[in-house]
Amino acid sequence: MSNRPLSPHLQIYRPQLTSVLSITHRATGVALSLGTMVLLYWLQAVARGPEAYAAAQEFLGCWLVKLVLAGWTWAFFYHLCNGIRHLFWDAGKGFELRHVYASGYTVLAAATTLTALTWGYVLFVAGGAA
Amino acid sequence: MSLRSSLGKVKGLGSAKEGVHHWRLQRLTAIALIPLTLWFVVSLLSKVHADHATVVAWVSIPYVTVLLLALSIALFWHLMLGVQVVIEDYIHCTTKQIVAQLLLRAFAGLGALLAVVSILKISLGTH
Repeated sequence: MSNRPLSPHLQIYRPQLTSVLSITHRATGVALSLGTMVLLYWLQAVARGPEAYAAAQEFLGCWLVKLVLAGWTWAFFYHLCNGIRHLFWDAGKGFELRHVYASGYTVLAAATTLTALTWGYVLFVAGGAA
Repeated sequence: MSLRSSLGKVKGLGSAKEGVHHWRLQRLTAIALIPLTLWFVVSLLSKVHADHATVVAWVSIPYVTVLLLALSIALFWHLMLGVQVVIEDYIHCTTKQIVAQLLLRAFAGLGALLAVVSILKISLGTH
């Protein structure tokens, strides 16, 4: 059993866009799942009343939390865009190698642009205090 | 040559005896989450500095309450289906596998309940 030849393991397997985007979909999915705790924290703060809400707004407004939230925003947009890419595959479309690469780069660009637009709005249009 | 009966193929019952149930629900919740999450993010952006009364008034609008409840249920359901497969793939010890799956279900179930109760309390509370 232990002497059987094995296929190349991750450490010596050259990363490709396709495999990296695939594992990133999983990683962002797990990160977003953990991030729902922030959403729950905010929701129950609103439910508890003005004092709890003010404390939550202050906590969510500190720069370290904002940095985590920015990363979480990218994870959200990535998982959303790449999820749509997966739905097209489920429908049997976009399997040509050049299409797979084109949609992959599109997903990366879209997620990064949407994250930049979102935080550009939060910091510079809505005013950076919160 | 496949030894499976035509009926077995049609019913799609593999070794897990549930056919495409998991796959289908994952896609169904994914499709529901596309408009729901985009709506939620855009809505939150307009409430970055909103005070408590403004947020409560917004959540209390009937269609907002309904969409937030739908979002919560679809989100925690989708999360459970997704993380379930990650655990199945990476945890190989049977005991740890069962414990992790139970913890995941506890997290997803309680998370969904906490979200639903919070939203209903905000929406239906006296204010």
